[in-house]
Amino acid sequence: MKFASEFRDPAAARALLAAIAAKADALGATRAKPIHIMEICGGHTHSIFRYGLDKLVHEGIEFIHGPGCPVCVLPRARVDECIELAERPEVIFTTFGDAMRVPGSQKSLMQAKAAGADIRMVYSPLDALELARRNPAREVVFFGLGFETTTPSTALAIQQAAREELTNFTVFCNHITVPEPIKALLDDPHMVLDGFIGPGHVSMVIGIHPYDFIARDYAKPIVVAGFEPTDLLQSILMILTQIEQDRAAVENQYARVVPDDGNKVSLAAIADVYQKRPTFEWRGLGEIDASGLQIRPEYRAFDAEEKFGIGYAGVRKHVPEVEGTACGQVMTGRMKPPQCPQFGKGCTPEMPLGALMVSSEGACAAYWQYGGVRGTSAGTSAGETAGEAAE
Amino acid sequence: MCLGIPGQIVEITDEARMMAMADVSGVRREVNVACVLEGDIGDLVGTWTLIHVGFAMSLIDEEEAASTLQALKDLGEAQETLKQMAEGDAALENPSAGAEKPEVSA
Repeated sequence: MKFASEFRDPAAARALLAAIAAKADALGATRAKPIHIMEICGGHTHSIFRYGLDKLVHEGIEFIHGPGCPVCVLPRARVDECIELAERPEVIFTTFGDAMRVPGSQKSLMQAKAAGADIRMVYSPLDALELARRNPAREVVFFGLGFETTTPSTALAIQQAAREELTNFTVFCNHITVPEPIKALLDDPHMVLDGFIGPGHVSMVIGIHPYDFIARDYAKPIVVAGFEPTDLLQSILMILTQIEQDRAAVENQYARVVPDDGNKVSLAAIADVYQKRPTFEWRGLGEIDASGLQIRPEYRAFDAEEKFGIGYAGVRKHVPEVEGTACGQVMTGRMKPPQCPQFGKGCTPEMPLGALMVSSEGACAAYWQYGGVRGTSAGTSAGETAGEAAE
Repeated sequence: MCLGIPGQIVEITDEARMMAMADVSGVRREVNVACVLEGDIGDLVGTWTLIHVGFAMSLIDEEEAASTLQALKDLGEAQETLKQMAEGDAALENPSAGAEKPEVSA
Protein backbone atom coordinates (compact mmCIF):
# COMPACT_ATOMS: atom_id res chain seq x y z
CA MET A 1 0.00 0.00 0.00
CA LYS A 2 1.27 3.39 -1.00
CA PHE A 3 0.25 4.81 2.35
CA ALA A 4 2.80 2.81 4.35
CA SER A 5 5.76 3.68 2.15
CA GLU A 6 4.92 7.37 1.96
CA PHE A 7 4.75 8.11 5.67
CA ARG A 8 7.72 7.84 7.95
CA ASP A 9 5.40 6.87 10.77
CA PRO A 10 2.35 5.21 9.18
CA ALA A 11 0.96 4.09 12.53
CA ALA A 12 0.93 7.63 13.88
CA ALA A 13 -0.65 8.90 10.65
CA ARG A 14 -3.36 6.24 10.82
CA ALA A 15 -4.13 7.03 14.46
CA LEU A 16 -4.38 10.76 13.65
CA LEU A 17 -6.64 10.10 10.65
CA ALA A 18 -8.91 7.95 12.85
CA ALA A 19 -9.04 10.62 15.55
CA ILE A 20 -9.85 13.28 12.92
CA ALA A 21 -12.61 11.08 11.50
CA ALA A 22 -14.15 10.54 14.95
CA LYS A 23 -14.18 14.27 15.68
CA ALA A 24 -15.50 15.15 12.24
CA ASP A 25 -18.35 12.66 12.70
CA ALA A 26 -19.08 14.02 16.17
CA LEU A 27 -19.27 17.51 14.68
CA GLY A 28 -21.63 16.30 11.97
CA ALA A 29 -19.25 17.19 9.14
CA THR A 30 -20.10 15.61 5.79
CA ARG A 31 -19.00 16.00 2.19
CA ALA A 32 -22.11 18.11 1.56
CA LYS A 33 -21.62 20.14 4.74
CA PRO A 34 -17.87 20.15 5.36
CA ILE A 35 -15.68 21.95 7.85
CA HIS A 36 -13.58 24.41 5.84
CA ILE A 37 -9.95 24.63 6.89
CA MET A 38 -7.65 27.05 5.10
CA GLU A 39 -3.98 26.21 4.90
CA ILE A 40 -2.46 29.66 4.49
CA CYS A 41 1.00 28.65 3.31
CA GLY A 42 1.78 27.37 -0.17
CA GLY A 43 4.31 24.96 1.33
CA HIS A 44 1.44 23.34 3.22
CA THR A 45 -0.64 23.20 0.03
CA HIS A 46 2.21 21.39 -1.67
CA SER A 47 2.60 18.98 1.26
CA ILE A 48 -1.15 18.23 1.45
CA PHE A 49 -1.18 17.25 -2.23
CA ARG A 50 2.14 15.47 -2.15
CA TYR A 51 0.96 13.12 0.58
CA GLY A 52 -2.64 13.02 -0.62
CA LEU A 53 -3.96 14.30 2.71
CA ASP A 54 -6.93 15.87 0.92
CA LYS A 55 -8.04 12.36 -0.04
CA LEU A 56 -6.99 10.59 3.18
CA VAL A 57 -8.77 12.77 5.72
CA HIS A 58 -12.46 12.36 6.58
CA GLU A 59 -14.62 13.59 3.74
CA GLY A 60 -16.17 16.21 5.99
CA ILE A 61 -12.88 18.16 6.02
CA GLU A 62 -12.39 20.46 3.06
CA PHE A 63 -9.10 22.26 2.47
CA ILE A 64 -9.30 25.81 1.18
CA HIS A 65 -5.95 26.79 -0.31
CA GLY A 66 -4.80 30.14 0.98
CA PRO A 67 -2.88 33.03 -0.57
CA GLY A 68 0.49 32.09 0.96
CA CYS A 69 2.51 31.70 -2.20
CA PRO A 70 4.36 34.96 -2.87
CA VAL A 71 4.98 34.15 -6.51
CA CYS A 72 1.29 33.42 -7.06
CA VAL A 73 0.04 36.72 -5.66
CA LEU A 74 2.47 38.85 -7.65
CA PRO A 75 0.53 41.15 -10.00
CA ARG A 76 1.49 41.13 -13.66
CA ALA A 77 2.32 44.84 -13.44
CA ARG A 78 5.10 44.09 -10.94
CA VAL A 79 6.62 41.50 -13.26
CA ASP A 80 6.51 44.11 -16.03
CA GLU A 81 8.36 46.53 -13.76
CA CYS A 82 11.02 43.91 -13.00
CA ILE A 83 11.58 43.50 -16.72
CA GLU A 84 11.69 47.26 -17.22
CA LEU A 85 14.44 47.46 -14.59
CA ALA A 86 16.27 44.45 -15.98
CA GLU A 87 16.33 45.88 -19.49
CA ARG A 88 18.22 49.00 -18.39
CA PRO A 89 21.75 48.55 -19.73
CA GLU A 90 23.46 49.45 -16.45
CA VAL A 91 21.40 47.02 -14.38
CA ILE A 92 22.22 43.50 -13.26
CA PHE A 93 18.82 42.24 -12.13
CA THR A 94 18.97 39.51 -9.49
CA THR A 95 16.09 37.35 -8.37
CA PHE A 96 15.12 34.11 -6.69
CA GLY A 97 14.63 31.53 -9.42
CA ASP A 98 10.98 31.10 -8.38
CA ALA A 99 10.02 34.38 -10.06
CA MET A 100 11.61 33.67 -13.43
CA ARG A 101 8.66 32.01 -15.13
CA VAL A 102 5.83 34.17 -13.78
CA PRO A 103 4.14 35.73 -16.80
CA GLY A 104 4.04 39.51 -17.11
CA SER A 105 1.76 41.22 -19.58
CA GLN A 106 4.21 40.67 -22.45
CA LYS A 107 6.78 38.21 -21.20
CA SER A 108 8.40 36.59 -18.18
CA LEU A 109 11.83 37.34 -16.69
CA MET A 110 13.01 34.09 -18.28
CA GLN A 111 11.99 35.39 -21.70
CA ALA A 112 13.54 38.80 -21.02
CA LYS A 113 16.80 37.07 -20.10
CA ALA A 114 16.72 35.00 -23.27
CA ALA A 115 16.25 38.26 -25.18
CA GLY A 116 19.47 39.64 -23.68
CA ALA A 117 18.64 41.33 -20.36
CA ASP A 118 21.25 40.71 -17.66
CA ILE A 119 19.10 38.75 -15.22
CA ARG A 120 20.73 36.41 -12.75
CA MET A 121 19.06 33.79 -10.61
CA VAL A 122 20.56 33.89 -7.17
CA TYR A 123 19.98 31.77 -4.09
CA SER A 124 20.34 34.59 -1.59
CA PRO A 125 20.35 38.39 -1.44
CA LEU A 126 23.92 37.87 -0.19
CA ASP A 127 24.78 36.70 -3.74
CA ALA A 128 23.38 39.99 -5.05
CA LEU A 129 25.51 41.91 -2.52
CA GLU A 130 28.58 40.04 -3.71
CA LEU A 131 27.72 40.88 -7.32
CA ALA A 132 27.52 44.55 -6.35
CA ARG A 133 30.97 44.37 -4.73
CA ARG A 134 32.45 42.70 -7.82
CA ASN A 135 30.76 44.99 -10.35
CA PRO A 136 31.14 48.56 -9.06
CA ALA A 137 30.34 50.01 -12.49
CA ARG A 138 26.98 48.25 -12.67
CA GLU A 139 23.72 48.75 -10.76
CA VAL A 140 22.76 45.54 -8.98
CA VAL A 141 19.03 45.34 -8.23
CA PHE A 142 17.68 42.54 -6.07
CA PHE A 143 14.03 41.58 -6.44
CA GLY A 144 12.83 41.45 -2.82
CA LEU A 145 10.03 38.94 -2.97
CA GLY A 146 8.30 36.90 -0.32
CA PHE A 147 6.56 36.88 3.02
CA GLU A 148 8.14 37.29 6.45
CA THR A 149 10.41 34.27 5.84
CA THR A 150 12.51 36.10 3.25
CA THR A 151 12.02 39.67 4.52
CA PRO A 152 14.75 39.42 7.19
CA SER A 153 17.26 38.34 4.53
CA THR A 154 16.82 41.48 2.44
CA ALA A 155 16.67 43.69 5.54
CA LEU A 156 19.98 42.27 6.77
CA ALA A 157 21.47 42.58 3.27
CA ILE A 158 20.48 46.25 3.11
CA GLN A 159 21.97 46.87 6.56
CA GLN A 160 25.19 45.20 5.40
CA ALA A 161 25.22 47.29 2.20
CA ALA A 162 24.80 50.43 4.32
CA ARG A 163 27.71 49.43 6.57
CA GLU A 164 29.89 48.89 3.49
CA GLU A 165 28.58 52.12 1.92
CA LEU A 166 27.82 50.34 -1.33
CA THR A 167 26.34 52.77 -3.86
CA ASN A 168 25.33 50.29 -6.55
CA PHE A 169 23.04 47.93 -4.62
CA THR A 170 19.28 48.37 -4.37
CA VAL A 171 16.30 46.21 -3.51
CA PHE A 172 13.06 46.31 -5.50
CA CYS A 173 10.90 45.66 -2.49
CA ASN A 174 7.78 43.59 -3.00
CA HIS A 175 7.70 41.98 0.41
CA ILE A 176 4.27 41.17 1.73
CA THR A 177 2.88 40.10 5.08
CA VAL A 178 0.65 37.18 6.08
CA PRO A 179 -1.82 38.57 8.67
CA GLU A 180 -3.38 41.31 6.51
CA PRO A 181 -4.68 39.15 3.64
CA ILE A 182 -6.10 36.74 6.22
CA LYS A 183 -8.01 39.62 7.74
CA ALA A 184 -9.22 40.61 4.26
CA LEU A 185 -10.46 37.06 3.64
CA LEU A 186 -12.20 36.97 7.03
CA ASP A 187 -13.90 40.27 6.22
CA ASP A 188 -15.17 38.87 2.92
CA PRO A 189 -18.80 37.83 3.49
CA HIS A 190 -18.56 35.21 0.73
CA MET A 191 -15.83 33.30 2.50
CA VAL A 192 -16.75 30.39 4.74
CA LEU A 193 -13.76 29.48 6.88
CA ASP A 194 -13.93 27.45 10.07
CA GLY A 195 -10.26 27.36 10.99
CA PHE A 196 -6.72 27.96 9.80
CA ILE A 197 -3.49 26.05 9.52
CA GLY A 198 -0.91 28.77 10.21
CA PRO A 199 2.37 28.97 8.28
CA GLY A 200 5.40 27.35 9.87
CA HIS A 201 8.47 29.16 8.65
CA VAL A 202 6.81 32.58 8.49
CA SER A 203 5.86 32.09 12.13
CA MET A 204 9.43 31.16 12.97
CA VAL A 205 10.18 34.82 12.18
CA ILE A 206 7.08 36.63 13.47
CA GLY A 207 5.97 34.25 16.23
CA ILE A 208 2.34 33.31 16.84
CA HIS A 209 0.93 36.52 18.34
CA PRO A 210 0.32 38.36 15.03
CA TYR A 211 -2.52 35.84 14.58
CA ASP A 212 -4.20 36.72 17.89
CA PHE A 213 -6.86 38.76 16.08
CA ILE A 214 -8.07 35.66 14.23
CA ALA A 215 -9.09 33.98 17.48
CA ARG A 216 -10.00 37.13 19.41
CA ASP A 217 -11.92 39.16 16.82
CA TYR A 218 -13.19 36.46 14.46
CA ALA A 219 -13.50 33.51 16.87
CA LYS A 220 -11.66 31.16 14.50
CA PRO A 221 -9.08 28.58 15.58
CA ILE A 222 -5.60 28.77 14.08
CA VAL A 223 -2.83 26.24 14.60
CA VAL A 224 0.71 26.98 13.43
CA ALA A 225 1.98 23.80 11.80
CA GLY A 226 5.08 22.06 10.52
CA PHE A 227 4.91 20.73 6.99
CA GLU A 228 5.49 17.02 7.50
CA PRO A 229 2.28 15.04 6.98
CA THR A 230 1.85 14.09 10.63
CA ASP A 231 2.36 17.77 11.58
CA LEU A 232 -0.52 18.72 9.31
CA LEU A 233 -2.78 15.93 10.55
CA GLN A 234 -2.07 16.80 14.16
CA SER A 235 -2.87 20.44 13.43
CA ILE A 236 -6.19 19.51 11.84
CA LEU A 237 -7.02 17.49 14.94
CA MET A 238 -6.12 20.48 17.15
CA ILE A 239 -8.43 22.71 15.09
CA LEU A 240 -11.31 20.23 15.32
CA THR A 241 -10.76 19.92 19.08
CA GLN A 242 -11.08 23.69 19.44
CA ILE A 243 -14.28 23.67 17.37
CA GLU A 244 -15.67 20.77 19.44
CA GLN A 245 -14.89 22.64 22.65
CA ASP A 246 -16.41 25.80 21.20
CA ARG A 247 -13.28 27.85 21.69
CA ALA A 248 -10.90 29.73 19.40
CA ALA A 249 -7.22 30.11 20.19
CA VAL A 250 -3.85 30.48 18.53
CA GLU A 251 -1.97 27.21 19.09
CA ASN A 252 1.53 26.18 18.14
CA GLN A 253 1.96 22.64 16.84
CA TYR A 254 5.46 23.48 15.51
CA ALA A 255 7.03 24.71 18.75
CA ARG A 256 10.19 22.72 18.01
CA VAL A 257 10.99 25.39 15.39
CA VAL A 258 8.59 28.28 16.07
CA PRO A 259 9.17 30.32 19.24
CA ASP A 260 5.94 32.02 20.36
CA ASP A 261 7.67 35.40 20.15
CA GLY A 262 9.45 34.79 16.84
CA ASN A 263 13.07 35.58 16.03
CA LYS A 264 14.22 38.80 17.73
CA VAL A 265 17.14 39.61 15.42
CA SER A 266 14.97 39.17 12.33
CA LEU A 267 12.15 41.28 13.70
CA ALA A 268 14.58 44.05 14.69
CA ALA A 269 16.12 44.09 11.21
CA ILE A 270 12.70 44.21 9.54
CA ALA A 271 11.57 47.06 11.82
CA ASP A 272 14.80 48.98 11.16
CA VAL A 273 14.70 48.76 7.36
CA TYR A 274 11.02 48.48 6.43
CA GLN A 275 7.74 50.22 7.07
CA LYS A 276 4.22 49.35 6.02
CA ARG A 277 2.83 50.69 2.76
CA PRO A 278 -0.67 52.16 3.06
CA THR A 279 -1.89 49.57 0.57
CA PHE A 280 -0.49 46.92 -1.75
CA GLU A 281 -1.90 45.13 -4.79
CA TRP A 282 -2.23 41.33 -4.77
CA ARG A 283 -2.89 39.26 -7.85
CA GLY A 284 -6.40 37.89 -7.52
CA LEU A 285 -7.14 39.67 -4.25
CA GLY A 286 -6.85 43.32 -5.25
CA GLU A 287 -5.62 46.09 -2.96
CA ILE A 288 -5.17 45.12 0.69
CA ASP A 289 -4.45 47.73 3.34
CA ALA A 290 -1.06 47.62 5.04
CA SER A 291 -0.18 44.29 3.44
CA GLY A 292 3.10 45.30 1.81
CA LEU A 293 6.41 46.70 3.02
CA GLN A 294 8.54 49.52 1.69
CA ILE A 295 12.06 50.63 2.50
CA ARG A 296 12.24 53.38 5.13
CA PRO A 297 13.49 56.82 4.01
CA GLU A 298 16.67 56.30 6.08
CA TYR A 299 17.61 53.54 3.63
CA ARG A 300 16.30 55.19 0.47
CA ALA A 301 19.74 54.91 -1.19
CA PHE A 302 19.06 51.16 -1.33
CA ASP A 303 15.50 51.48 -2.61
CA ALA A 304 15.17 50.63 -6.32
CA GLU A 305 11.73 52.30 -6.45
CA GLU A 306 13.29 55.61 -5.39
CA LYS A 307 16.45 55.27 -7.43
CA PHE A 308 14.73 54.32 -10.68
CA GLY A 309 11.32 55.97 -10.17
CA ILE A 310 9.44 52.73 -10.59
CA GLY A 311 6.80 50.72 -8.78
CA TYR A 312 4.99 52.57 -6.04
CA ALA A 313 7.39 55.51 -6.48
CA GLY A 314 6.55 55.74 -10.19
CA VAL A 315 3.41 55.81 -12.29
CA ARG A 316 1.32 52.87 -11.14
CA LYS A 317 -0.02 50.83 -13.99
CA HIS A 318 -2.82 48.36 -13.60
CA VAL A 319 -2.57 45.28 -15.76
CA PRO A 320 -5.73 43.18 -15.78
CA GLU A 321 -5.60 39.42 -15.41
CA VAL A 322 -5.57 37.22 -18.48
CA GLU A 323 -9.08 36.94 -19.90
CA GLY A 324 -10.81 33.67 -19.15
CA THR A 325 -8.66 32.77 -16.14
CA ALA A 326 -10.11 32.54 -12.66
CA CYS A 327 -6.96 33.06 -10.58
CA GLY A 328 -8.76 35.34 -8.13
CA GLN A 329 -11.54 32.85 -7.39
CA VAL A 330 -9.04 30.03 -7.00
CA MET A 331 -6.83 32.17 -4.77
CA THR A 332 -9.72 32.88 -2.42
CA GLY A 333 -10.86 29.28 -2.40
CA ARG A 334 -14.14 30.05 -4.18
CA MET A 335 -13.24 27.84 -7.10
CA LYS A 336 -11.17 24.66 -7.32
CA PRO A 337 -8.42 24.84 -9.94
CA PRO A 338 -10.06 22.32 -12.35
CA GLN A 339 -13.18 24.49 -12.45
CA CYS A 340 -11.20 27.29 -14.12
CA PRO A 341 -11.98 27.27 -17.86
CA GLN A 342 -8.28 27.54 -18.71
CA PHE A 343 -7.01 24.81 -16.35
CA GLY A 344 -5.03 22.28 -18.35
CA LYS A 345 -6.15 23.89 -21.59
CA GLY A 346 -4.61 27.33 -22.13
CA CYS A 347 -2.82 27.17 -18.78
CA THR A 348 -0.32 24.41 -17.95
CA PRO A 349 2.97 24.38 -16.00
CA GLU A 350 4.85 24.48 -19.30
CA MET A 351 2.85 27.46 -20.62
CA PRO A 352 1.31 29.13 -17.56
CA LEU A 353 -1.21 31.93 -17.95
CA GLY A 354 -1.50 32.51 -14.22
CA ALA A 355 1.10 32.30 -11.48
CA LEU A 356 -0.78 29.60 -9.55
CA MET A 357 0.33 27.22 -12.29
CA VAL A 358 3.99 28.28 -12.05
CA SER A 359 5.05 27.56 -8.51
CA SER A 360 5.02 24.13 -6.90
CA GLU A 361 3.33 25.92 -4.02
CA GLY A 362 0.50 27.17 -6.23
CA ALA A 363 -2.82 25.35 -5.95
CA CYS A 364 -3.16 24.88 -9.72
CA ALA A 365 0.31 23.36 -10.16
CA ALA A 366 -0.35 21.08 -7.17
CA TYR A 367 -3.65 19.87 -8.68
CA TRP A 368 -1.95 19.37 -12.01
CA GLN A 369 0.94 17.41 -10.58
CA TYR A 370 -0.88 15.27 -8.04
CA GLY A 371 -4.42 15.01 -9.37
CA GLY A 372 -7.71 16.54 -8.38
CA VAL A 373 -10.06 16.41 -5.43
CA ARG A 374 -12.01 13.28 -4.67
CA GLY A 375 -15.54 12.86 -5.81
CA THR A 376 -16.08 15.93 -7.96
CA SER A 377 -16.37 15.48 -11.67
CA ALA A 378 -14.03 18.40 -12.25
CA GLY A 379 -11.46 16.83 -9.97
CA THR A 380 -11.72 13.45 -11.63
CA SER A 381 -11.16 14.86 -15.06
CA ALA A 382 -8.25 16.93 -13.80
CA GLY A 383 -6.69 13.83 -12.29
CA GLU A 384 -7.04 11.99 -15.57
CA THR A 385 -5.65 14.91 -17.50
CA ALA A 386 -2.67 15.15 -15.18
CA GLY A 387 -2.14 11.40 -15.41
CA GLU A 388 -2.17 11.53 -19.19
CA ALA A 389 0.20 14.47 -19.18
CA ALA A 390 2.60 12.56 -16.96
CA GLU A 391 2.64 9.68 -19.42
CA MET B 1 12.47 30.05 -1.29
CA CYS B 2 9.76 29.79 1.36
CA LEU B 3 10.91 26.61 3.07
CA GLY B 4 14.17 26.51 4.96
CA ILE B 5 16.68 23.70 4.54
CA PRO B 6 18.69 22.15 7.39
CA GLY B 7 22.44 22.69 7.41
CA GLN B 8 25.23 22.06 9.90
CA ILE B 9 27.63 24.89 10.71
CA VAL B 10 31.16 23.61 10.06
CA GLU B 11 33.32 26.72 10.50
CA ILE B 12 33.18 30.46 11.06
CA THR B 13 34.41 32.27 7.96
CA ASP B 14 33.99 35.97 8.78
CA GLU B 15 33.24 36.91 12.37
CA ALA B 16 32.69 40.62 11.62
CA ARG B 17 30.08 39.91 8.97
CA MET B 18 28.68 37.01 11.01
CA MET B 19 29.29 34.54 8.20
CA ALA B 20 29.84 30.82 8.56
CA MET B 21 30.28 27.80 6.31
CA ALA B 22 27.39 25.36 6.44
CA ASP B 23 27.15 21.83 5.14
CA VAL B 24 23.80 21.52 3.43
CA SER B 25 23.16 17.96 2.35
CA GLY B 26 26.83 17.57 1.42
CA VAL B 27 27.10 20.97 -0.30
CA ARG B 28 29.12 23.71 1.39
CA ARG B 29 27.53 27.13 1.39
CA GLU B 30 28.46 30.31 3.23
CA VAL B 31 25.55 31.58 5.32
CA ASN B 32 24.82 34.49 7.61
CA VAL B 33 24.29 33.51 11.25
CA ALA B 34 23.16 36.86 12.75
CA CYS B 35 19.66 35.54 13.50
CA VAL B 36 20.83 32.56 15.57
CA LEU B 37 23.77 34.22 17.31
CA GLU B 38 23.39 34.37 21.08
CA GLY B 39 26.82 34.08 22.65
CA ASP B 40 30.21 33.33 21.19
CA ILE B 41 30.02 32.82 17.43
CA GLY B 42 32.43 29.89 17.71
CA ASP B 43 29.85 27.98 19.73
CA LEU B 44 27.77 27.62 16.58
CA VAL B 45 30.26 25.23 14.98
CA GLY B 46 28.68 21.77 14.93
CA THR B 47 25.11 23.00 15.47
CA TRP B 48 22.25 22.35 13.06
CA THR B 49 20.26 25.26 11.71
CA LEU B 50 17.34 25.86 9.40
CA ILE B 51 18.66 27.99 6.55
CA HIS B 52 16.50 30.34 4.50
CA VAL B 53 17.96 31.99 1.39
CA GLY B 54 21.44 32.11 2.87
CA PHE B 55 20.50 33.00 6.45
CA ALA B 56 20.45 30.60 9.39
CA MET B 57 17.08 31.34 10.99
CA SER B 58 16.60 28.76 13.70
CA LEU B 59 18.67 26.28 15.70
CA ILE B 60 17.32 22.76 15.48
CA ASP B 61 18.46 19.39 16.79
CA GLU B 62 19.97 16.72 14.60
CA GLU B 63 16.83 14.58 14.60
CA GLU B 64 14.68 17.50 13.48
CA ALA B 65 17.25 18.30 10.80
CA ALA B 66 17.08 14.74 9.46
CA SER B 67 13.30 14.53 9.39
CA THR B 68 12.96 18.00 7.83
CA LEU B 69 15.48 17.12 5.15
CA GLN B 70 13.58 13.93 4.35
CA ALA B 71 10.30 15.86 4.04
CA LEU B 72 11.99 18.42 1.79
CA LYS B 73 13.33 15.62 -0.39
CA ASP B 74 9.84 14.10 -0.63
CA LEU B 75 8.53 17.45 -1.79
CA GLY B 76 11.37 17.98 -4.25
CA GLU B 77 12.26 21.16 -2.37
CA ALA B 78 15.70 20.00 -1.17
CA GLN B 79 16.81 19.25 -4.72
CA GLU B 80 15.39 22.60 -5.86
CA THR B 81 17.25 24.51 -3.12
CA LEU B 82 20.57 22.81 -3.91
CA LYS B 83 20.06 23.66 -7.58
CA GLN B 84 19.39 27.29 -6.67
CA MET B 85 22.58 27.40 -4.57
CA ALA B 86 24.57 26.17 -7.57
CA GLU B 87 22.85 28.70 -9.83
CA GLY B 88 23.64 31.43 -7.34
CA ASP B 89 27.33 30.51 -7.36
CA ALA B 90 27.33 30.44 -11.16
CA ALA B 91 25.56 33.79 -11.42
CA LEU B 92 28.43 35.49 -9.61
CA GLU B 93 30.84 34.56 -12.37
CA ASN B 94 29.03 34.29 -15.63
CA PRO B 95 26.36 36.64 -16.97
CA SER B 96 24.74 33.91 -19.03
CA ALA B 97 24.61 31.35 -16.22
CA GLY B 98 21.31 30.21 -14.89
CA ALA B 99 19.20 30.95 -17.96
CA GLU B 100 18.40 27.32 -18.49
CA LYS B 101 19.31 24.18 -16.66
CA PRO B 102 23.09 23.97 -16.99
CA GLU B 103 24.18 21.45 -19.59
CA VAL B 104 26.29 18.80 -17.91
CA SER B 105 28.51 16.91 -20.29
CA ALA B 106 30.21 13.71 -19.27
